[in-house]
Amino acid sequence: MTITVEHVRKRFGSFVALDDVSVEIPGGELVALLGPSGSGKTTLLRILAGLESPDSGEVRHDGNDLVRQSARDRNVGLVFQHYALFRHLTVAENIAFALRVRHRPRAEIDARVGELLHLIQLDGLGHRLPSQLSGGQRQRVALARALAAAPRILLLDEPFGALDAQVRQELRRWLRRLHDEIHVTTVFVTHDQEEAFEVADRVVVMNHGKVEQVGPPQHVFEHPASDFVIRFLGQVNVLPARVAGGRAHFGEVALDAAAPAGAADQPARVYIRPHEVELTRVPRPVDVAATVVRLAPLGSVVRVEVAVDGVEGPVHAELDGRRADALGLRPGDAIWLSLRRARVIVDGERVAA
Amino acid sequence: MAGAGPGRLVGRKAARAPQVRTEPLAVRLALIAVATLFLGLFVILPIAAVLHQAFSKGWDVYLAAVQDPAARAAIELTVTVALIAVPLNLVFGVAASWAIARFRFPGRALLLTLIDLPFAVSPVISGMVFVLLFGAHGVLGPFLAEHDIKVIFALPGIVLATIFVTFPFVARELIPVMEAQGAEEEEAAIVLGASGWQMFWWVTLPKIKWGLLYGVILCNARAMGEFGAVSVVSGHIRGRTNTMPLHVEILYNEYNYAAAFAVASLLLLLAFATLGAKRLVEHRARQAELAVAIAPAAPATPGEPTPPTATLVLPETTP
Repeated sequence: MTITVEHVRKRFGSFVALDDVSVEIPGGELVALLGPSGSGKTTLLRILAGLESPDSGEVRHDGNDLVRQSARDRNVGLVFQHYALFRHLTVAENIAFALRVRHRPRAEIDARVGELLHLIQLDGLGHRLPSQLSGGQRQRVALARALAAAPRILLLDEPFGALDAQVRQELRRWLRRLHDEIHVTTVFVTHDQEEAFEVADRVVVMNHGKVEQVGPPQHVFEHPASDFVIRFLGQVNVLPARVAGGRAHFGEVALDAAAPAGAADQPARVYIRPHEVELTRVPRPVDVAATVVRLAPLGSVVRVEVAVDGVEGPVHAELDGRRADALGLRPGDAIWLSLRRARVIVDGERVAA
Repeated sequence: MAGAGPGRLVGRKAARAPQVRTEPLAVRLALIAVATLFLGLFVILPIAAVLHQAFSKGWDVYLAAVQDPAARAAIELTVTVALIAVPLNLVFGVAASWAIARFRFPGRALLLTLIDLPFAVSPVISGMVFVLLFGAHGVLGPFLAEHDIKVIFALPGIVLATIFVTFPFVARELIPVMEAQGAEEEEAAIVLGASGWQMFWWVTLPKIKWGLLYGVILCNARAMGEFGAVSVVSGHIRGRTNTMPLHVEILYNEYNYAAAFAVASLLLLLAFATLGAKRLVEHRARQAELAVAIAPAAPATPGEPTPPTATLVLPETTP
């Protein structure tokens, strides 16, 4: 049931939407295509749906060549960001559409529509028009419509993008539960890393038409493979450094780094997430001297901007509120800084964690 | 009428916005007076004159003029021409607007411009084109003569000229409607397994039906009322190739004013019917649009606030 995408390229005029993309989507999984706009994630989804065809490359499902099948014959379910419900048809007629075009018997259609209305918790609203539903309800109808003909693959294009925050949260969890029940291979596109991490079994991080990294959400977060992935997955301090003799140096700090074979002194960058910076009043041997510059309370956490001797630019740390209170920080205070974790990248390739 | 594009069904929402009255009363009264006077002088007065002339010699003369065999033949020909030209333009208009609204292809801008050509060119020229092509001394003249096919001074010529003059109406009406609606619903239909025809009948046609009907009404009015282009290709053979507008002209030239205006009053009737139908379609289209915009949201399921989709709030609207 695996979907295999191999060396797919797609251009629109001079814009390269997909640049040699290869990725494998295991059957039954819920996979997120994650990336900023213009990264090619929606193009890849539309190629899977059959609404675009790749300029070159292969897409296979279960060993069958998908590229040669028309969208109509693929039996995939597709959910659009703006629902694309048939505005002149009722909710029940929308859901029944895929069965009607297949000329299924009336009784079967009615039974299936009833079942799906129950699944999306809209029992009794089958006679309404889409315009009489709320955004979240419409998106659930779109999902039911996509599922009606028991598709082999379910594709969702920014499915929660048009909804407000609270409804989005709820639908996310609902989609996850639904997938746990029906186990259809599902691919969804999102630019929201929180959404991808919460819902997906596996994320495919994309940028500029290329796949940057593929893996389970936690793995991708813990072991980002590139500069782009680290920056895209949340706030991070990026500090210029040098790698030499198996260690990365920045300011007065030295970190272990597996330098590439034969590498002499090389420029590199060190990445530190704000929550991985620890501040203390009492120094330990490895700690670095720093000065508090600014404090910004952000609800449950406090962001502290510190200046580190010998390091260009400020370093941001995030402490939980209680810890910040205990330290009693004020701008101008001298403080000690330790790093729970740092990542080093030389020439775009990660060499140490 | 040529050159003045038909009205649009899209972008009418602005008209419902609350009006801000800032002009002083005198200015408003003056504007209303100018508009009314103008309308009276240039529209109402001529219409009244036509009706007055038509009935100047009483009902008997009116009925006789309308029931005259030549007049009946003209009416029949006009209806026949419209019955052929309008459906053909409907098919062409849907195909052209589909191509233009849905695809980007080389020559798209040219096609868009060419669709407007009949609005831009004088109808007499449109008629001449067909004489040059199909006339006895035209490009295809010898071929047609050899096979004994009559185009000019016969029904085919009149139909061709009418189609040419009226083909922009449907396409011009549909292109903005289809561009505003986008293609997502059609894409959804295809992915759900619909064939091209199923998609067209079940998804596209219901979406565009009001715009289409509006275009067809305008197209029909022009097809029945066209004078210039038809005049060139028809040959004015009374009882055979005379359409209603041509018949009116002949009667008028024969100083038969009462009869001329009697037939003219039938064309006027057609105009009123067209305007009535147009109003009805606009009204229905707006109601359909309103139903989409202001239908009450369903009672929210627990924990899910209804998003503010309604743009207008009307008291107690039921679907």
